[in-house]
Amino acid sequence: MLLIHCPHCLEYRDEEEFSYGGEAHIVRPLEPEALNDQEWGDYLFFRTNSRGVHHEMWYHAVGCRRYFNATRNTVTYEILETYKTGTQPTIVGAKQ
Amino acid sequence: MSANRLPTHTGATIDFTFNGRALKGIAGDTLASALLANGVDVVGRSFKYARPRGIFGHGAEEPNGIIQLGSGAGTVPNLKATQVELYQGLEAFSVNGWPSVDVDIMGIIGAFGRLMPPGFYYKTFMYPKKLWMTYEHFIRKAAGLGATPVKDDPDSYDRLNQHCDVLVVGAGPAGLVAAREAARTGARVIIADEQSEFGGSLLASKQSIDGLIARDWVASLVAELGAYSNVQMLPRSTVFGYYDHNFLTILERRTDHLGLTSAHQVRQRMHRVRAAQVVLATGAFERPLVFAHNDIPGVMLASSVSTYVNRYGVAPGNKLVLFTTNDNAYQTALDWHQTGRDVVAVIDTRRDPCGDMVVAVKALGIDVIAGHGVIEAQGNKRVKRALIAPINEAGTEVIGAVRVLDCDLIACSGGWSPAIHLSSHTGAKPVWDENIVGFRPGESKQQERSAGACRGTFDLAGCLAEGATAGADAANCSGHGEGSTQFPMCAVEAFEEQPQQALFLVPHSKSTSRAPSQFVDFQLDVSASAIELAVREGFESVEHVKRYTALGFGTDQGKLGNINGMAILANALNQSIAETGTTIFRPSYTPTTFGAIAGRDVNNLFDPERYTAMHRWHMEQGAEFENVGQWKRPWYFPHQGESMQDAVDREGLAVRNSVGILDATTLGKIDIQGPDAAEFISRIYSNSYLKLAPGKCRYGVMLKEDGMIFDDGVCACLGDNHYLMFTTTGGAAGVLAWLELWQQTEWPELQVYFTSVTDHWTTATVTGPNARKVIAKVCSDIDLSNEAFPFMDWRDGTVAGIKARVFRISFTGELCYEVNVPAHYGRHVWEALIAAGEEFDITPYGTETMHILRAEKGFIIVGQDTDGSMTPADMNMDWVVGKKKTFSFIGKRSLRRSDMLRENRKQLVGLKTLEAKTVLPEGAQVVFDAKQAIPMSMQGHVTSSYYSANLGHAIALAVVKGGHSRLGQIVHCPLADGHTIAAEIVSSVFYDPKGERHHV
Repeated sequence: MLLIHCPHCLEYRDEEEFSYGGEAHIVRPLEPEALNDQEWGDYLFFRTNSRGVHHEMWYHAVGCRRYFNATRNTVTYEILETYKTGTQPTIVGAKQ
Repeated sequence: MSANRLPTHTGATIDFTFNGRALKGIAGDTLASALLANGVDVVGRSFKYARPRGIFGHGAEEPNGIIQLGSGAGTVPNLKATQVELYQGLEAFSVNGWPSVDVDIMGIIGAFGRLMPPGFYYKTFMYPKKLWMTYEHFIRKAAGLGATPVKDDPDSYDRLNQHCDVLVVGAGPAGLVAAREAARTGARVIIADEQSEFGGSLLASKQSIDGLIARDWVASLVAELGAYSNVQMLPRSTVFGYYDHNFLTILERRTDHLGLTSAHQVRQRMHRVRAAQVVLATGAFERPLVFAHNDIPGVMLASSVSTYVNRYGVAPGNKLVLFTTNDNAYQTALDWHQTGRDVVAVIDTRRDPCGDMVVAVKALGIDVIAGHGVIEAQGNKRVKRALIAPINEAGTEVIGAVRVLDCDLIACSGGWSPAIHLSSHTGAKPVWDENIVGFRPGESKQQERSAGACRGTFDLAGCLAEGATAGADAANCSGHGEGSTQFPMCAVEAFEEQPQQALFLVPHSKSTSRAPSQFVDFQLDVSASAIELAVREGFESVEHVKRYTALGFGTDQGKLGNINGMAILANALNQSIAETGTTIFRPSYTPTTFGAIAGRDVNNLFDPERYTAMHRWHMEQGAEFENVGQWKRPWYFPHQGESMQDAVDREGLAVRNSVGILDATTLGKIDIQGPDAAEFISRIYSNSYLKLAPGKCRYGVMLKEDGMIFDDGVCACLGDNHYLMFTTTGGAAGVLAWLELWQQTEWPELQVYFTSVTDHWTTATVTGPNARKVIAKVCSDIDLSNEAFPFMDWRDGTVAGIKARVFRISFTGELCYEVNVPAHYGRHVWEALIAAGEEFDITPYGTETMHILRAEKGFIIVGQDTDGSMTPADMNMDWVVGKKKTFSFIGKRSLRRSDMLRENRKQLVGLKTLEAKTVLPEGAQVVFDAKQAIPMSMQGHVTSSYYSANLGHAIALAVVKGGHSRLGQIVHCPLADGHTIAAEIVSSVFYDPKGERHHV
């Protein structure tokens, strides 16, 4: 059971308060209509599925109701940092 | 006095029964020690071969003494007799053995054990495939472990969430001093131990510490810990799981030692502990030696024999043969000698044992036979003889003549295996260590450290030193103490020990495959030859061999057998144990009561229930309820003597012919405000809201980015920059999270705010041709005429004296007013509407009638008629997709993906059964050719199906491949019972296809 630091509430709270939001930093195409099916499909369906350092969104569903990002090691489940949406992570893993 | 009870050991007598036989024990006994005291040799039958089995160990490692406690509702299956504290009136039963453990018909199979190799069931009973279910029934009946209680558990359980600085797992020597050092720093400490008393191995030890004999030293330390206000001591508490981020679960057994059930207090409590730091001091398990027929009752672990003698005053036999590979086990010979009973011989596999303990044993005149092994035990329900033989230095061959020793007890020791289970739960990979001949905990993945025997440190002085250091280190790491981890050492008498021999399979004069079974895993009857056979059949991975042979799959999780099994496997594969590796331990460490995991969250408290303001009124009317999410919604309102169908027929006819009233409070409601609210809503719904004026409503569909329908509902413009969004009852929370996601992560520049107001409003839906007349009687400040207040408008007004929002939206297809008032006025307004409607025979209706009426109109229910793979076009709802919107709405691009343009997509249609009264089952598959051989081509399925009293025939909605171009075709629904229902594809709108009735 994860212990997650909410960067808005500034507290460690139990995993039960949060819900998972999927991979972070996926850029939504500004003009979806300009993309062909393959390009749109890449945006829609493909994720990095990282082994190791991974940036992901979490939603403090029964807390402040804010989305934020976490850098988590998908092997050890260690959460290396959490940071607000719209900011960049300070910890970046090697591509695996 | 019982035959095996030592005269030095006295206490209050406790009466209990085992398999119906009345026996006596002494206060402080476990069920196992009491059975041994009474000379009960056979406590159960083995799982596969039904061989007679006796008590083998003295704690969580026990593989044989699996019992069913008590009977009736409180019965507990599969407890280990070694962990059951004796109480007055205890009733225990063997879990295996039919008709009894002493005469077991299945035991005949045991005599043919050689005919049941691993995978026997798969190999033998697989064909013909059809008969597997039959085979399985009998196999399970013959095999299975204990019986599950069939009545509700009479006990209550609870859960406690806790935080601490240092959690110490295990209260043996290492754990106790760790807790003391941590406590001294002021850190909040929890120390838990699965036994009834703290002390671990010291409870049965004759060593002295700081001048006190072990038991007294433990008592003084426990007293010291008890004086700290920052220490919580949890005896009878098993730490059974170690989860992410230092979250550990402890099962505390509060009343199990007092009786079967405990009606007036909590039987067990689960502590959910978030610990800053953890000290694992979980000890070690002695490793059995694997020799022929090592499973006959009377073969035991050496340390268990000592424990029964020293702690419980029970000598489980008369003539002991001690079989060892190490110095440590010689203590058992000393302990046995002190009981005055006979030590026949000590058999040591090493050439020249000469450590301090060996010398002490020899000094008593006990025969120490070096360079030998016990290669076979003989006896039926009790050991009668040990066959011993000289073995070579490598321990692989018998190299001389076999001798017979008469004995009734063989205590064996193959060294010690650290209890690395909890460390393993964290993901730490165990490391093989040749020096201790065992796996040590791997590199820590969490804030934990191991100390003492579970780390491979087996001498008492070492355990105490490591425990103190670990406790202080844990406290320091949690921000307590001054950083020092140096302490004065406890004074302990020390013994010079010589290295042990690594021996995992004792050779026999015959080869492993021909020798009598040499058992590795007692509980599941896995023998050394079975592991070798698995290798010959091509298994290489330890995880595969485990699953094929069932090694370690028992309720003991292979605490005794695993290391021997891995080593035998490694040898068969010609590789090292380190290369072979070990299987991964997972929670739970020992079996855990489901009730304790559930705690108070059972029955009515399983999930919160949500009620509307009119709930009590519904109950007074005798409504039947259905669960919609957490809401309790009236399902239908049966009158005296009415069936459900009678009731919904009556309710549905009333709505279309006069007027009905529905409690629609549960629909999700989200208040949306901000200068960019209209823009935001337009991007969320597939149609545009930019031109929606105050006073107007619009129906919209939300798509996920993949173009699939995700929710639907009406959105009303309340004023400039102010909207009210209705969602489905079950989708409310998901929609709110969806709105937040897009606003916060994608369009933060849009100024818009969302507030859930579902609980703030009560909604009463008044619908039917007479709806206007009813509303007019309780509302005088809204012009209700169709011209002034047309369909899809809303108005502020006063209803029954209460400020209200009235919406002219309709889910029935009839004239309809949805009256929204602040929730607490709900019942008042509802009753006023009922009174106003009396002259029109206003009829309250529930969700079932609501479903039928909307299906008559072909209105979909998201989640029932859609399943996450349906687009608006599939639902024949292209009209709801705004083609000219300036900003692309969510999901728009996906609607022209190639897959969306396929002609044979499943599309919403109506189905009319050819036999008018026949109602299709929801979920029925649709095929085009009823005569096609199985497997048939499935062309769709029925999503909604009802009998419509208004139409006088059954109606159904279905999704059918290419359905929109198949109107008029006949399809078939083959059912599980073999018969087939034919139906015609028709328009999904059965009633009032032009939609005239709601515009009046």
